[in-house]
Amino acid sequence: MKETILVVTAVILSLAAAGAIVRIAIGPSLLDRVLASDVLLAILGAALAIDMAMNRHLNNLMLLVALAVIGFIGSVTVARFVAERREQNNES
Amino acid sequence: MSPDPTGVDVVIDAVTAVFLVVGALMSLGAAIGLLRFPDLMSRMHAATKPQVLGLFLMLAAIGLQMRTWWVWPVLLVAWIFQLLTAPVSAHMVGRSAYRTKHGHREMLTKDELEAVVQRAAAGQEPGNDR
Repeated sequence: MKETILVVTAVILSLAAAGAIVRIAIGPSLLDRVLASDVLLAILGAALAIDMAMNRHLNNLMLLVALAVIGFIGSVTVARFVAERREQNNES
Repeated sequence: MSPDPTGVDVVIDAVTAVFLVVGALMSLGAAIGLLRFPDLMSRMHAATKPQVLGLFLMLAAIGLQMRTWWVWPVLLVAWIFQLLTAPVSAHMVGRSAYRTKHGHREMLTKDELEAVVQRAAAGQEPGNDR
Protein backbone atom coordinates (compact mmCIF):
# COMPACT_ATOMS: atom_id res chain seq x y z
CA MET A 1 0.00 0.00 0.00
CA LYS A 2 2.64 2.48 1.09
CA GLU A 3 5.08 1.55 -1.64
CA THR A 4 2.32 1.70 -4.24
CA ILE A 5 1.37 5.25 -3.20
CA LEU A 6 5.01 6.31 -3.21
CA VAL A 7 5.63 4.89 -6.67
CA VAL A 8 2.44 6.39 -8.15
CA THR A 9 3.05 9.87 -6.73
CA ALA A 10 6.74 9.73 -7.68
CA VAL A 11 5.83 8.93 -11.29
CA ILE A 12 3.19 11.68 -11.43
CA LEU A 13 5.46 14.29 -9.89
CA SER A 14 8.35 13.28 -12.16
CA LEU A 15 6.15 13.77 -15.23
CA ALA A 16 5.00 17.13 -13.88
CA ALA A 17 8.58 18.24 -13.18
CA ALA A 18 9.60 17.14 -16.68
CA GLY A 19 6.81 19.25 -18.17
CA ALA A 20 7.82 22.28 -16.15
CA ILE A 21 11.49 21.85 -17.14
CA VAL A 22 10.51 21.56 -20.81
CA ARG A 23 8.58 24.82 -20.48
CA ILE A 24 11.58 26.45 -18.82
CA ALA A 25 13.77 25.28 -21.72
CA ILE A 26 11.49 26.27 -24.63
CA GLY A 27 9.59 29.15 -23.02
CA PRO A 28 9.57 32.02 -25.51
CA SER A 29 9.81 34.78 -22.95
CA LEU A 30 11.24 35.43 -19.51
CA LEU A 31 7.83 35.45 -17.80
CA ASP A 32 7.05 31.96 -19.12
CA ARG A 33 10.23 30.72 -17.50
CA VAL A 34 9.36 32.48 -14.25
CA LEU A 35 5.95 30.79 -14.17
CA ALA A 36 7.42 27.39 -14.99
CA SER A 37 10.11 27.68 -12.32
CA ASP A 38 7.42 28.63 -9.82
CA VAL A 39 5.51 25.48 -10.75
CA LEU A 40 8.72 23.45 -10.39
CA LEU A 41 9.19 24.86 -6.89
CA ALA A 42 5.61 23.90 -6.02
CA ILE A 43 6.24 20.37 -7.29
CA LEU A 44 9.29 20.16 -5.02
CA GLY A 45 7.11 21.30 -2.11
CA ALA A 46 4.58 18.60 -2.98
CA ALA A 47 7.34 15.99 -2.88
CA LEU A 48 8.41 17.23 0.56
CA ALA A 49 4.81 17.05 1.77
CA ILE A 50 4.45 13.49 0.49
CA ASP A 51 7.62 12.53 2.34
CA MET A 52 6.24 14.05 5.53
CA ALA A 53 2.87 12.33 5.20
CA MET A 54 4.30 8.93 4.37
CA ASN A 55 7.02 8.83 7.03
CA ARG A 56 4.99 10.68 9.69
CA HIS A 57 7.36 13.45 10.59
CA LEU A 58 7.18 17.24 10.43
CA ASN A 59 10.80 18.12 9.68
CA ASN A 60 10.10 19.75 6.33
CA LEU A 61 7.20 21.97 7.31
CA MET A 62 9.24 25.14 7.82
CA LEU A 63 11.11 24.34 4.61
CA LEU A 64 7.73 24.22 2.84
CA VAL A 65 6.84 27.70 4.12
CA ALA A 66 10.30 28.98 3.20
CA LEU A 67 9.86 27.60 -0.34
CA ALA A 68 6.60 29.55 -0.65
CA VAL A 69 8.40 32.72 0.48
CA ILE A 70 11.23 32.18 -2.00
CA GLY A 71 8.85 31.53 -4.89
CA PHE A 72 6.82 34.62 -4.06
CA ILE A 73 9.83 36.93 -3.77
CA GLY A 74 11.39 35.51 -6.92
CA SER A 75 8.25 35.93 -9.05
CA VAL A 76 7.56 39.47 -7.86
CA THR A 77 11.19 40.54 -8.31
CA VAL A 78 11.48 39.20 -11.84
CA ALA A 79 8.09 40.68 -12.78
CA ARG A 80 9.23 44.10 -11.60
CA PHE A 81 12.52 43.71 -13.44
CA VAL A 82 10.73 42.89 -16.70
CA ALA A 83 8.36 45.81 -16.27
CA GLU A 84 11.23 48.23 -15.90
CA ARG A 85 12.94 47.49 -19.21
CA ARG A 86 9.98 47.04 -21.51
CA GLU A 87 11.38 49.06 -24.40
CA GLN A 88 14.19 46.59 -25.06
CA ASN A 89 12.02 43.48 -24.65
CA ASN A 90 9.33 43.65 -27.30
CA GLU A 91 9.34 40.23 -28.87
CA SER A 92 6.56 37.90 -27.83
CA MET B 1 -6.75 8.58 19.02
CA SER B 2 -7.50 5.33 17.25
CA PRO B 3 -9.94 3.23 19.24
CA ASP B 4 -10.39 0.62 16.55
CA PRO B 5 -7.13 0.14 14.66
CA THR B 6 -8.49 -2.41 12.25
CA GLY B 7 -11.27 -0.15 11.02
CA VAL B 8 -10.27 3.49 11.49
CA ASP B 9 -6.68 3.20 10.40
CA VAL B 10 -7.62 1.57 7.13
CA VAL B 11 -10.09 4.35 6.35
CA ILE B 12 -7.61 7.09 7.30
CA ASP B 13 -4.88 5.48 5.20
CA ALA B 14 -7.22 5.19 2.23
CA VAL B 15 -8.27 8.85 2.50
CA THR B 16 -4.61 9.85 2.81
CA ALA B 17 -3.73 7.86 -0.29
CA VAL B 18 -6.53 9.50 -2.28
CA PHE B 19 -5.47 12.97 -1.10
CA LEU B 20 -1.82 12.38 -2.00
CA VAL B 21 -2.57 11.00 -5.46
CA VAL B 22 -5.08 13.75 -6.28
CA GLY B 23 -2.66 16.40 -5.01
CA ALA B 24 0.07 14.99 -7.24
CA LEU B 25 -2.39 15.02 -10.15
CA MET B 26 -2.96 18.73 -9.51
CA SER B 27 0.75 19.35 -10.04
CA LEU B 28 0.61 17.23 -13.21
CA GLY B 29 -2.37 19.30 -14.39
CA ALA B 30 -0.42 22.48 -13.85
CA ALA B 31 2.50 21.12 -15.86
CA ILE B 32 0.22 19.94 -18.70
CA GLY B 33 -1.41 23.37 -18.74
CA LEU B 34 2.00 24.99 -18.95
CA LEU B 35 2.89 22.84 -21.92
CA ARG B 36 -0.38 22.97 -23.83
CA PHE B 37 -1.77 26.47 -23.45
CA PRO B 38 -0.88 28.95 -26.19
CA ASP B 39 -0.54 32.17 -24.26
CA LEU B 40 1.20 33.59 -21.20
CA MET B 41 -2.08 34.60 -19.59
CA SER B 42 -3.64 31.15 -19.91
CA ARG B 43 -0.40 29.53 -18.78
CA MET B 44 -0.49 31.72 -15.69
CA HIS B 45 -4.06 30.59 -15.10
CA ALA B 46 -2.96 26.96 -15.23
CA ALA B 47 0.17 27.48 -13.18
CA THR B 48 -1.23 29.23 -10.12
CA LYS B 49 -4.64 27.74 -9.50
CA PRO B 50 -4.10 23.97 -9.12
CA GLN B 51 -1.17 24.49 -6.74
CA VAL B 52 -3.33 25.83 -3.93
CA LEU B 53 -5.72 22.89 -4.01
CA GLY B 54 -2.81 20.47 -4.42
CA LEU B 55 -1.01 21.91 -1.39
CA PHE B 56 -4.24 21.80 0.60
CA LEU B 57 -4.67 18.10 -0.16
CA MET B 58 -1.04 17.36 0.73
CA LEU B 59 -1.28 19.21 4.04
CA ALA B 60 -4.57 17.49 4.88
CA ALA B 61 -2.85 14.16 4.24
CA ILE B 62 -0.06 15.13 6.64
CA GLY B 63 -2.61 16.14 9.28
CA LEU B 64 -4.46 12.85 8.87
CA GLN B 65 -1.31 10.81 9.20
CA MET B 66 0.10 12.61 12.24
CA ARG B 67 -3.08 11.98 14.28
CA THR B 68 -2.49 14.83 16.70
CA TRP B 69 -4.57 17.96 16.98
CA TRP B 70 -1.83 20.53 17.38
CA VAL B 71 -0.50 20.08 13.84
CA TRP B 72 -3.70 21.35 12.20
CA PRO B 73 -3.16 25.08 13.06
CA VAL B 74 0.42 24.87 11.80
CA LEU B 75 -0.73 23.29 8.53
CA LEU B 76 -3.50 25.88 8.26
CA VAL B 77 -0.95 28.69 8.64
CA ALA B 78 1.20 27.16 5.90
CA TRP B 79 -1.80 26.82 3.58
CA ILE B 80 -3.11 30.35 4.24
CA PHE B 81 0.34 31.71 3.52
CA GLN B 82 0.34 29.97 0.15
CA LEU B 83 -3.22 31.22 -0.41
CA LEU B 84 -2.11 34.80 0.20
CA THR B 85 1.11 34.79 -1.83
CA ALA B 86 -0.04 32.92 -4.95
CA PRO B 87 -2.55 35.58 -6.18
CA VAL B 88 -0.11 38.41 -5.52
CA SER B 89 2.71 36.85 -7.52
CA ALA B 90 0.30 35.88 -10.31
CA HIS B 91 -1.02 39.43 -10.33
CA MET B 92 2.49 40.86 -10.64
CA VAL B 93 3.40 38.48 -13.46
CA GLY B 94 0.16 39.19 -15.32
CA ARG B 95 0.55 42.92 -14.86
CA SER B 96 4.04 43.02 -16.28
CA ALA B 97 2.95 40.63 -19.04
CA TYR B 98 0.23 43.07 -20.08
CA ARG B 99 2.49 46.10 -19.91
CA THR B 100 5.23 44.44 -21.94
CA LYS B 101 2.78 43.24 -24.63
CA HIS B 102 3.24 39.54 -23.99
CA GLY B 103 -0.35 38.48 -24.55
CA HIS B 104 -2.02 37.75 -27.83
CA ARG B 105 -4.34 40.69 -28.38
CA GLU B 106 -6.43 38.97 -31.05
CA MET B 107 -7.50 36.27 -28.57
CA LEU B 108 -9.18 38.75 -26.25
CA THR B 109 -12.86 39.52 -26.68
CA LYS B 110 -12.82 42.64 -24.50
CA ASP B 111 -9.87 44.62 -23.19
CA GLU B 112 -11.02 46.79 -20.32
CA LEU B 113 -7.53 47.60 -19.13
CA GLU B 114 -6.39 49.32 -22.30
CA ALA B 115 -8.32 52.57 -21.71
CA VAL B 116 -7.00 52.78 -18.16
CA VAL B 117 -3.43 52.25 -19.30
CA GLN B 118 -3.84 54.84 -22.08
CA ARG B 119 -5.22 57.39 -19.63
CA ALA B 120 -2.45 56.71 -17.11
CA ALA B 121 0.19 57.00 -19.80
CA ALA B 122 -1.29 60.27 -21.08
CA GLY B 123 -1.52 61.85 -17.65
CA GLN B 124 2.03 61.18 -16.59
CA GLU B 125 5.49 61.27 -17.93
CA PRO B 126 6.24 58.29 -20.18
CA GLY B 127 8.07 55.65 -18.22
CA ASN B 128 6.82 56.97 -14.91
CA ASP B 129 3.74 54.75 -14.72
CA ARG B 130 4.15 51.64 -12.72
